[in-house]
Amino acid sequence: MTDPTRGILVSAWVIARKDLAIEFRTRSAFLSAIVFTLLSIVVFFFAWDPTAVGPLDLAPGVLWVTFTFSGMLGLHRAFAVEARDGAMDALLLAPVPRESIFLGKLLANLAFVLGVQTVALPAVSLFYNLPLGAAALPIAGVLVLASIGLVSVGTLFAGMTANTRMTELLLPVLALPFFIPVVIPAAQSTADLLAGRPLADVFVWLRILLAFDLVFLFACTVAFPFTLED
Amino acid sequence: MTPAPTGSAPAPTAPTARTGIDWVAVVAALVTVAAFVRAIWFTPPDLLQGYAQKIMYVHVPTIWVAFLALGLSALAGAFWLFLKDPRLDRFAESSAEVGVVFTTGVLITGPIWAKPIWGAWWVWDARLTLTLVLWFLFLGYLVLRGAIDDRELRARYSAVVGLLGALLIPFVHLSVYIFRTQHPMPVVANPEGIQMPAVMQVTFFFSLFAFTLMYVAFVRARMALATDRDALEDASTAER
Amino acid sequence: MTALVHATALVRTFGTRRAVDDLSFSLDAGDCLALFGPNGAGKTTALRLLAGLLKPSSGTATIDGIALPATTARVRVGLISHRVMLYDALTARENLRFTAALYGLAAPEDAVQRALEALRVADRADVPVRALSRGLQQRVAIARAIVHTPDVLLCDEPYTGLDEQGGVALTALLRERREAGAALIVVTHNLQEGLALATQAAIMRNGRFVRHEPSAGVDPLRYAAEYRDLVA
Repeated sequence: MTDPTRGILVSAWVIARKDLAIEFRTRSAFLSAIVFTLLSIVVFFFAWDPTAVGPLDLAPGVLWVTFTFSGMLGLHRAFAVEARDGAMDALLLAPVPRESIFLGKLLANLAFVLGVQTVALPAVSLFYNLPLGAAALPIAGVLVLASIGLVSVGTLFAGMTANTRMTELLLPVLALPFFIPVVIPAAQSTADLLAGRPLADVFVWLRILLAFDLVFLFACTVAFPFTLED
Repeated sequence: MTPAPTGSAPAPTAPTARTGIDWVAVVAALVTVAAFVRAIWFTPPDLLQGYAQKIMYVHVPTIWVAFLALGLSALAGAFWLFLKDPRLDRFAESSAEVGVVFTTGVLITGPIWAKPIWGAWWVWDARLTLTLVLWFLFLGYLVLRGAIDDRELRARYSAVVGLLGALLIPFVHLSVYIFRTQHPMPVVANPEGIQMPAVMQVTFFFSLFAFTLMYVAFVRARMALATDRDALEDASTAER
Repeated sequence: MTALVHATALVRTFGTRRAVDDLSFSLDAGDCLALFGPNGAGKTTALRLLAGLLKPSSGTATIDGIALPATTARVRVGLISHRVMLYDALTARENLRFTAALYGLAAPEDAVQRALEALRVADRADVPVRALSRGLQQRVAIARAIVHTPDVLLCDEPYTGLDEQGGVALTALLRERREAGAALIVVTHNLQEGLALATQAAIMRNGRFVRHEPSAGVDPLRYAAEYRDLVA
């Protein structure tokens, strides 16, 4: 481990791969997140009067509300796996930097959230009769940017709430305020892109998303070692 | 929030055995009452807004205290991470709790003023939204504190949440601000245009001072409670 | 020459409780400390301090002269905890492979196979850990702890849940590690077992060593009687 940054990333990848292997083996969280996402998309459709509100106005909101809540579903899992038989201790014993534990968890969560989104986005397009067309790629880009921010904060808080009473309730209460500046730009730019506006129109939002990602990815990685008991 | 040590039970071990009157609180209460009396009877109503404007003497100092309290709470948490002094954490806890009370005050007095002046109880104005997010943030902070028994862990987590919250504020402000510029708001009157005559200014700053004193008194009392609670906890674990 | 394990005035407090209170000792290569004591004496906390999982409130713990929790010190320590520290959805082999990857071992597959064989679980290595009995899980847990052949092996009640065969395998393993120059600390309630392995014996109570001596020539029966008096 001559280059410390490389060491951090390599061990982060080892941890992420292990988490994904467990997820792949059990599949429970991933499948339920997908079912939840599809259900919400369907339920939302009947919450509005389709003659009064056009699908174009409805779809971005549905997409991002579902995104926020389904993203939360996967976050618990990451640290629940470590908590069960004291495996977190084994990670802390291992000669890897604390930061790579966080980044490994983050990578696995990111894969989880993006996996759910690859189902959600076409589903919204299908159920709301909105061909994505040329907007598909830019919207996918927005999804990736938003996911990085959401998962950075979510992973950190999931690690903390795993050690408290009321784990399930506390995570959304803590994390949702942090998702506001992610969801606003994401939903606004999705709406603009779906309406056929050029990419240049949404740059202001993308810049906020990117800045949020950079600031919170860094801050949460630095903060994670401080949340560990010593 | 936390059960107060009742009666005389903790007296022998409590390092802050207190008797008598909390003079800071008494002075703060008197000054606040004086500020209210001056605002209600000895300050003229605003030319444009009439009596509705008088809520400013409550609303704005409340905002000031709320932001001061939450900011100092986050700052104390940051210092705790490096100094590990339990007093810093008790201050962070106390200041956050007082801050949430005052933020609630902001969210109550704001709509009361907004209804006659802006024509709506709630407007998704950038500052209003920011206050609301802060309120949620620190409610979550207090819920988190309540969910952890271990004192060190509680302090640690609180500090991290407080710090990240401080980073969050500019993002919320920015995104809500841009959101607002894209979606016009039903604003009837613009409050920025008001110029305060000297007599109003005096009342305003008097009130600001009074509310700050209240903050100090509240935090002092709340910290004393936290100190007693910790001492009680120590005493009962030592017995075991 | 620096000792392999060195504790100087180790103290760890939780609130006002002193779980470990002024602990000092050192172990050279090939030493084995058998640590006895009632529940809540601070044995587990002492091991966690020496593994770098807890920071001491004061005092220092070093591994071959390197202060914990430095990575270069942690890499040389193995801990068998009272929890299995395994992922029950993965197989024993996958669990060990993961550990080998975390420690950056040069020949991970060989190391994994060697550890599994030492604990005699190689034939059950490819079923999910959750399908194994408690005793087999404990064997896998031990294999996980030694996959990187640590120089310092900390064992917290390692015999818990093991059957006859598992116990024999563990004893053989501990002897082999000790002869290979590792330093061992074994926390156990079984005085016979502990003394048979040990070069030093200590009794812990209220965070302190109330007795600490070389174990050569100690009569287990008399030691047991004195232990009962000490912790009563």
